[in-house]
Amino acid sequence: MDLLWRPLGSVIRFRRTVWLGFRSLWLHRLRSLLTVLGIVFGVGSVIAMLAVGEGASSEAQEQIRRLGSNNIILQSLKPPEEQKASANRSFVLEYGLTYDDISQIRATIPGITVVLPARVIRSYVWNGSRRLDCEIAGTVSWYPEMRDHQVAQGRFFTESEFEGKANVCVLGAGMAEELLPLETPLGKSVRVGGDYYRIIGIMEPGVRRTETEPTAEEVSESGEKKAVEHAPSYRMYIPLSAAKSRFGEVIIKRRSGSFEAERVELHEAFIKVERQEEVMETSAIVGEILKRNHKKKDYEIVVPLELLRQAERTKQIFNIVLGSIAAISLLVGGIGIMNIMLASVTERTREIGIRRALGAKRRDIIVQFLVETVILSGVGGVIGVALGMAIPFAITYFAKMVTIIAPWSPFLAFSISGLVGVIFGLYPALRAANMDPVEALRHE
Amino acid sequence: MSAKRPIVELQDLRKTYVMGSVFVEALRGLSLVFHEGEYVSIMGPSGCGKSTLLNLLGCLDRPTAGRYLLGEEDVSTLDDDALSDIRGSRIGFVFQSYNLIAQLSVLENIMVPLYYQSRSEQESLILAAEFADRVGLADRLNHRPNELSGGEQQRVAIARALVNDPLIILADEPTGNLDSASGREILEVFDQLHNQGKTVIMVTHDDSISHRTQRVVRLRDGQLVDDASN
Repeated sequence: MDLLWRPLGSVIRFRRTVWLGFRSLWLHRLRSLLTVLGIVFGVGSVIAMLAVGEGASSEAQEQIRRLGSNNIILQSLKPPEEQKASANRSFVLEYGLTYDDISQIRATIPGITVVLPARVIRSYVWNGSRRLDCEIAGTVSWYPEMRDHQVAQGRFFTESEFEGKANVCVLGAGMAEELLPLETPLGKSVRVGGDYYRIIGIMEPGVRRTETEPTAEEVSESGEKKAVEHAPSYRMYIPLSAAKSRFGEVIIKRRSGSFEAERVELHEAFIKVERQEEVMETSAIVGEILKRNHKKKDYEIVVPLELLRQAERTKQIFNIVLGSIAAISLLVGGIGIMNIMLASVTERTREIGIRRALGAKRRDIIVQFLVETVILSGVGGVIGVALGMAIPFAITYFAKMVTIIAPWSPFLAFSISGLVGVIFGLYPALRAANMDPVEALRHE
Repeated sequence: MSAKRPIVELQDLRKTYVMGSVFVEALRGLSLVFHEGEYVSIMGPSGCGKSTLLNLLGCLDRPTAGRYLLGEEDVSTLDDDALSDIRGSRIGFVFQSYNLIAQLSVLENIMVPLYYQSRSEQESLILAAEFADRVGLADRLNHRPNELSGGEQQRVAIARALVNDPLIILADEPTGNLDSASGREILEVFDQLHNQGKTVIMVTHDDSISHRTQRVVRLRDGQLVDDASN
């Protein structure tokens, strides 16, 4: 009978203790509210910070993922010591990836699905009197599936158009709006140099041009590589065969007082590795092949997977930093709770003495004060979770930043706040319980 | 009288306080027996050890030496939890300054000892209401202590002391904070308790109060100097 009654009795008692706790906190409403605020901001900042961090890193990761985590990107690079043709005697600066490199890579490494060569030429694209400075990429017909960069309108060029060196083009997302703002671009033509290209498609927006994008002047100096790194929207795609025959392999840039010529066979190549585990290995082999073929380091190997892993590491560090900032604010909140509870214990010394005289054990007193701190931190936690989930929405709405609330973060933040309540409530509660009843009763 | 069983037995009870480097002997070998149903007043000048004795009798403190048998149980060696249980179940306290909990209503104040005895809420409510009625506060159940007069507050304290059906009721200058009219009323309540067979031990320095009791114990310098029956 006793065994049956005890737990039931203690449940009823506990409920009553909680009710009493609420009442005594309500008695000092303002004080309780201010104490709770510490936890509210602590919990809120944990969730909000994690959401902002998660959002920022997922955006970065998405950008990298767009490059394809199974891909290895090879890019031609102007050797730094020969930035200008005049530095050495030759008028024509030769550098970069060659068709030989590609065929060698293709022959040597098994498990490579596609090798996609591309040439990137910087030029003006004209529509009537409208002009746009952009990149013209000579590429192959399977580019969209390879880069996971799809056509939004129309289509990409076909194998037969590629074979036939057809003057067709697919515009980058931003270009159509700029060049043909009031027309339907499909079927129209744009002019590059002396050649007209029929627009057969428009790509979906890739990575937007940032505001720090170099101006036209700078671009001719160093912008080429920078622009190639992403999939910019100011890029026009034409068949590689057409690019070869229309532009040749020597690009001459005329500038005030001088001119320089460059001979680059390929600007970019994409290697798609069948299995992700082999990406790093394959990139090492590709590196070896290129090292053997090139005397100078006039190429660059970009491995999106590696970037992705780096981004993940960065994200971890980011999370740790944000997490510790938030943890500190929770700590501060906890100290606030402790402070108030210590004051409350002193203030209620007499009540403690009375309760002890009337039969309260030490643990009854501990539970009484602990319940109060847990209520404070629990209420703070609930409000904090609400606040923490609202802030990211506000940030997304006003600052147009991506925020992601990880489903575990509210639970984490809330349980930490509960824990903070117990930890910081324990000392005041113990102090209350260890008072000498005689002394406590005498307290004024 | 001797037929009644002894309810409190003190055997050579000593209490020494350490205050800094000085030892203060508050009780120096006190031996006393109180029987069931007795109405006792403890008197003496301040510093004679009255309060110490009351604290020991109330199990709020433990003696340095000697034995204290409360209803045949030696409570002088019990641990803190056991003493709490004894206080909650065997002893009823009435203090000079009432010592009610300000944020609780009359009814809730009376229920506090029952709460720590883990009585059910239903039972506690019924008991508390019954005892409030006995001290004449049936119409004040939901008032807060600060809405009551001093006399009424002391009645609440008495009801709270009785609600657990204790072996002894310890009263520490119960009329000290009251005007003479309310004081008289409170003393009448104690007289009634005595008539109902309760054991009441009252600390006072007022001769007119001690005259109402059956037995007067006088202390001086921590020792018994007089133990007389009225």
